Amino acid sequence: MSQTQEKYVGQSIDRVEDAALLTGSAMFSDHLPTRSGTLHAAILRSPHAHAEIAAIDVSRARAMPGVAAVLTGEDVKDISDPFLIVLRQPILQWALAVGKVRYVGEPVVVALATDRYRAEDALSAVEIAYRTLEPAVDPEAATEEGAPLVHEAVGSNIVSVRDFAYGDPDAAFAEADRVVKLKISYPRNSHTPLEGFVASVAYDAATESYDVQSNFQGPYSTHTVISKALRVSSSRLRMRTPAFSGGGFGVKVQVFPYIVLMGAASKIVGRPVKWVEDRLEHLSGAAAAPNRVISIEAAVKNDGTITGFRFDQLDDYGAFLRAPMPGPLYRMHGILTGAYDVKNLAVTNRLVLTNKCPSGMIRGFGGPQMYYAIERLVQRIAVELELDHYEVIRKNLVPAGVFPYRAAAGALLDSGDYPAALEKAEKEGKLAELRKRRDEARAEGRLYGIGFAAIVEPAQSNMGYLSNILPLEERRKNPKGGAVSNATVNIDPLGTVNVTADSIPQGQGHMTVLSQIVADNLGLKPGDIHVNLEHDTAKDAWSIATGNYSSRFTSSTAVAADRAAKKARAKLARIASQTLNVPADRLEFGNGKIYAADNPDNAVNLYRVAGSAHWTPGNLPDDMEPGIREIGSWSPPELEPPNDKDQINSSLTYGFVFDFCGVEIDRDTGAVKIDKYVTMHDSGTLLNPRLAEGQVHGAFAWAVGCALHEEFAYGEDGSFLNGTFADYLVPTAWEVPEPQIVHMETPSLVTPLGAKGVGEGNCMSTPVCIANAVCDALGIENVTLPLSPNKVSALIHGEERPPPDGAEAPSAAREVAGNVIAGAGEAFVKSPPGEVWAALLDPEKLASVIPGCHALERVDENDYRAEVSIGAGPVKGRFKANVRLSDLDPPNAATLTGALTGMLGLSEGSGRVTLAPKDGGTALSYDYRIEVSGTVAAVGGRMLEGAARALVRQFFERFATVLGGGEVAVADEAAPSWWTRLLAALGIGR
Amino acid sequence: MKPSPFDYIRAASAEEALDGLAAHGEDARILAGGLSLVPMLNFRLVEPAMVIDISGIGALDYIRLDNGAVEIGAATRQSALERWDGIADRLPLVHAAFPHIGHYQTRSRGTVCGSVAHSDPSSELPLCLAVLGGEAVLRSAAGERRVAASDFQTGMLTTAKRDDEMVAAVRFPVAEPGSGYAFAEMAQRRGDFAIVALAASASGERVRLGVGGVADHPTVRQWDGLAGGALDDALNAFAWELGGYDDVHATARYRRELVRRLGRKVIEEARSCRS
Repeated sequence: MSQTQEKYVGQSIDRVEDAALLTGSAMFSDHLPTRSGTLHAAILRSPHAHAEIAAIDVSRARAMPGVAAVLTGEDVKDISDPFLIVLRQPILQWALAVGKVRYVGEPVVVALATDRYRAEDALSAVEIAYRTLEPAVDPEAATEEGAPLVHEAVGSNIVSVRDFAYGDPDAAFAEADRVVKLKISYPRNSHTPLEGFVASVAYDAATESYDVQSNFQGPYSTHTVISKALRVSSSRLRMRTPAFSGGGFGVKVQVFPYIVLMGAASKIVGRPVKWVEDRLEHLSGAAAAPNRVISIEAAVKNDGTITGFRFDQLDDYGAFLRAPMPGPLYRMHGILTGAYDVKNLAVTNRLVLTNKCPSGMIRGFGGPQMYYAIERLVQRIAVELELDHYEVIRKNLVPAGVFPYRAAAGALLDSGDYPAALEKAEKEGKLAELRKRRDEARAEGRLYGIGFAAIVEPAQSNMGYLSNILPLEERRKNPKGGAVSNATVNIDPLGTVNVTADSIPQGQGHMTVLSQIVADNLGLKPGDIHVNLEHDTAKDAWSIATGNYSSRFTSSTAVAADRAAKKARAKLARIASQTLNVPADRLEFGNGKIYAADNPDNAVNLYRVAGSAHWTPGNLPDDMEPGIREIGSWSPPELEPPNDKDQINSSLTYGFVFDFCGVEIDRDTGAVKIDKYVTMHDSGTLLNPRLAEGQVHGAFAWAVGCALHEEFAYGEDGSFLNGTFADYLVPTAWEVPEPQIVHMETPSLVTPLGAKGVGEGNCMSTPVCIANAVCDALGIENVTLPLSPNKVSALIHGEERPPPDGAEAPSAAREVAGNVIAGAGEAFVKSPPGEVWAALLDPEKLASVIPGCHALERVDENDYRAEVSIGAGPVKGRFKANVRLSDLDPPNAATLTGALTGMLGLSEGSGRVTLAPKDGGTALSYDYRIEVSGTVAAVGGRMLEGAARALVRQFFERFATVLGGGEVAVADEAAPSWWTRLLAALGIGR
Repeated sequence: MKPSPFDYIRAASAEEALDGLAAHGEDARILAGGLSLVPMLNFRLVEPAMVIDISGIGALDYIRLDNGAVEIGAATRQSALERWDGIADRLPLVHAAFPHIGHYQTRSRGTVCGSVAHSDPSSELPLCLAVLGGEAVLRSAAGERRVAASDFQTGMLTTAKRDDEMVAAVRFPVAEPGSGYAFAEMAQRRGDFAIVALAASASGERVRLGVGGVADHPTVRQWDGLAGGALDDALNAFAWELGGYDDVHATARYRRELVRRLGRKVIEEARSCRS
C-alpha cells in the first residue's frame, strides 16, 4: 500500500464554508440567539453637520407603548468615558453626541423598546432643538484661518502634522533635470458589506461585566478602546464573534462605538440590548475611507529615472479620530516609494477633521489614495518626457536580485522579481495586441486609452506603525512593534482534529485554508479537520493583532495554525515512537497513519495515538502533558518599532501587482467601458489559488466601483446625499468585467508558508490604472474619481449648444446641485398689494392657505410656529416649522427665513418676496434658496426637485382663492422637496 | 427603517379595494408589487393609515386585447407582460424597453400599473405609455374613467388620480403596421433609474419622441419630416424646453446633452425599423 500523502496546501480545494452558506444554515450576527427579555434599539441621528444641542425632550417618547428607555448623550456620559485615540488631543467622543453634533448621521438619542418598530416609533416623538453652526466640509478649506472648528478645544482642524525626510530629497530635487508635479484629490468611499453592524450586549450586574455578541472584525487593539470606554478590565468585556460574516472589508471594526452604546444602554436599563444597523445608518454613519488631497512631485532625469519623491498629504478623517485612525496614512508609510527604487523622499502628513462621518478601516487602507498619487504622477512623467508609460515604470522598478530590499521609508520588501512580473504580464496579457487595438480605435476616431499601474501590496500590519505619528522622544518611552497571532489544534479522544484561531473571518475561506494546512501536517484530509472560527475572548487565545484586516491571514493566523499543527505532530510522533519502536524523527504521517519512514508497514492509526493521550495518559512519556491541545503563536521578528530615522517596516510581506487595461469612452454619453483588464499578482506562495483569485476578483470589483461609480457625496452644508443603494452606486455583475489574472509565485522569505497577502492589491492598483487609461484616452492631465458619465461628458463635450433664438436658458439659480434647492418665480393675485401684504402677516389667513396646517401660532411679532402635514405625491411627513419675517418693506417686500424639522430631516431656507401692483391686483415675485438635510436629503435626492413645484403652486392657488380669486401664473423655475411646500407656504417660497 | 403602524386589507375583489379607498381616501395606499411603496413605508416617507393589498385579486391579473389596445390589469406583474406572447408584435416599444426596467427579480414582483401609478419621471413604462398615446383606467366605487397618458402624469410622482381612485388598468395602443419603434436609456448601472430615457416611434415621415428623466414627467414631441440639421435644431429646442435638473448623479446640462445625442440615435433607429 502506498503511504504517499497528498499535499493539500497549494490546491484549489472546494471551500469548506460553502455547504452552510449555500443551504442557508450559516448563522450571521443577526441570527444568533439573544437572551430572553432583550430590548431592541433604534438610534436617532443628527440631521445637521454641525450644531449645538440646545435641548432634548424625550418625555413623550418614553411614555409610548413598549418603550423601556430613551437615552441621550448625558446618560451615556455618566457611565462611560470618551474613546481612546492615538493623539494627545482633546477630541472627545462618547457613544452619543454630547453638547453638539459634528456630522450628519451622528447618534444623538437611542430608544429601547420591545421591538424595533416601537423603538422607531419612539424616535419620532423625540424633540431636539439644535442651534446650527457653520460646518467645515472641504478638507482644504477646513485648514484655513477662520474655518469653523470641529473641536473648539483643539483650536484647529489640523490635529497632527508630521514631516519626514529620507535620503537627501533636497539634493535630488536640486539636481533633477525636471520636476513633475501633480495634485490629486481622492474621494470618500467605502466597501459596503451586505450585512450591516450588529451589536448585542448584556450587562451582568452581578459580575459587573459585559457579554458582547457582534460582527466586530478586529483589530483587537480596539477591544481595549471598548473596555476603557465602558470602564471595565478586558476580562470583563467578553467579545463573541460569529463564524460567518455578511462581509467585513475593514469597516466592521467601526461597530465598536455601538458596542459601547449598547453596553451603556444595557447597564442603564438592566436588560440585554440588541441593535441591528440598517442601510441608511450604514451609509451615513458607519465609516468611510478618508478622502485625501495629495500634492506630489517627482525629481526626474530626462531618461525617465525618478530620483526623488515629495508628498504633501492632507487626510480627512471626518468629525472624530476613531481607532485605528489615522491608520490609512501610516500603514502605507514604509512603502511610500511604491514599487520604485527611489532613495530620496520627503513627506508632510497632515490630519484634518471636518464635519463628515468619521473615517474608518476600509479595504486598501490608505493604499488607494497613495497609489493614486504615485501612479498618476508616473503617467504624467511619461507624458511630459514623451516616453512610454510602461517603460518609465519598468525603468524605475526595484530591480531583481536585491531582495530583501529596504525601501527609503523603512519597508523591508521581502521577495519578488518585479521586472520579470512585468514581462510575464506583458506577454500573457498580450500588451502588444492591446496597443494595436488602441491605434485602430483611434484611427476610427474613437476615444480609446491604455492605463498602467504597478504597486507593492503590503500585508500584515506592524502594530507599531502608528507610533510614527509620535515624535521620537515620545515613542521611545513606549516602543511598539510586532503582530501576534494565535491558533489552537485540539485532538479529541476519538482522534478528531479541531482547530480554532484568531482570524475572525469575513468570508475569505479561512476555514478551508486552515484545514489544508493542518491536514498536510498531520497526514489527514482537509475533510478530517474541523475548523471553528467563532471567537470568544473569554475562551480563545487573542492578542491586539487579532482580527481580520491588512490581509494578515496568510502570513499570521495561517502560520500560527501551522506551528500549532507541527507541535501536535511532534507530540503524536513521540507517542507513536514508543508504539512503533522507531525514533520520532524517523516517522512520517500520511493517510491517517503514522509510520516508519523506512518501513511504511510499521504503522499505527493516528486516531489511536491521539486517543491514548486521553485514555491512557499514564503511558505517555514522563515529561508530556496529557491530551493534545497545542497552541501556536507567532510574531515575525521583522516587525520592529520605527527606528530613530523614522523608518518603519509597516507591514510584514509585500506582494507585487502590475495592471494594465484598455478603456473606451462613448462619445455620446461619456460612459467609460473597460474593454480589457489584465492584473498580474505575485503574492508569494498561493495556499489555495482559487481563494486567492476570489480575493482578486472581490478587490477588483470594488475598485471598479471606486473608479467609476462610488462616492459619498456631501452638500456644501455638510448634508449627506447618498443614503441608499440607489444613490451610492455599487457595481453589480453587469458593471464588472472579468479581469485576466496572471500569477507568479515568489515565496516570501519572512513567513514560513511563503504566502503573502492578496486581498487588497487591486483596491490600490485598479482605480488609478483606469484613471490613467481615461487620461490617455482623452489626452488630459488629470481626473478625479469616480469617473461618472456625467463627469466624463463635461470633459469631452465642450460648450453646450445654446438654446434656440428667443428661448431662454434656465436661470443659473436652478443649476444648483445636491441638497440645495434654489429657484424663483412669480404669481398674480387679484387683490391689491396692501391686502396681500396684510394676508401675509395674518396668521389666520396664512394658516388657512397652508395645506395640511394643524396649528399656527405667533411666537413673537413676525415670528411663527406651525405644525403641518405636508406631502408631494405619495410622500408625506409631519413637520414643525419656524418662520420669521424680516427686512419688512410694507407693502412691497419682505424676507422670510425659516426652518422645518421632522422625522424625515430638516430644511432651512430664506427668500425674498416682492409685491408690485399690476392690473388692479398684485404681481408677486419671489426667489428662494433652501438647504435640505437629514433622511430626505440622503434618500430622496431624486424626488427633491420638482416635488415642491406642485407645492408652491398649491400655495399660491389657495392664496389667490382666499384673496378673492385670481389667475395663478406660477412660473416657478425650480422648486424641490416637499417641505418646500411648507417653506413655500409660510413665505419662503415667495 | 421600519414603517409606522398601519392597518392592512388584503382585498379579495376590486370592489373591496375600492370600498377601502372610498372609506379611507388620502389615508389609504394601494399595495400591488410594493417595489415603490414598501421602501417609502420603511423610510417613513409615507405613513398611510391603511394599506390595501390588491396583489391577490385574480380578476385584476390579466393582459387582453381590447379595441386596438393591450389592456393590462392592476395586479399584473411586469414579468407577465414581458413574457406575454404578443409583446414583440403588438407592443414592440415596450418590448424594447423591458431590458431597462429594473432587474429580472424586480420585474417578477413589480406591476405594470404600479409603475404608472407611481409616476417616477425616469420610469420606462409611463414613458412608453405617453409616447404610444395610451390611457390609464381609473376606477373608484363611484365609477370608472379613462385618462390619456398625457393628462395622467402631472408632475414628479403626482398624477390626475383622485384619492378614492385606483389605477385599475392601463391601455397601450397596439403597434401600427409600418411603424418603427426604438428605446434608449442612459443609466449608470444596468437596471438603475434612468438619467435619461428616450422612446421613439416613426410612421411615414412622422416621428414621436418621448423623454423621461429630464422634466418632472415624461414629455412627448411629434415632428413631421424633420432630418439633418433641422432635427438637431428641434432636439436642441426640446432639450432646453425640458430644462432638466441637477442631482447627485448628473447635471441638467448632461441630461440635455443626452436628449440631443441619444434623441437623434433613437429616432434614427425607429425610422430604420419601419417596415
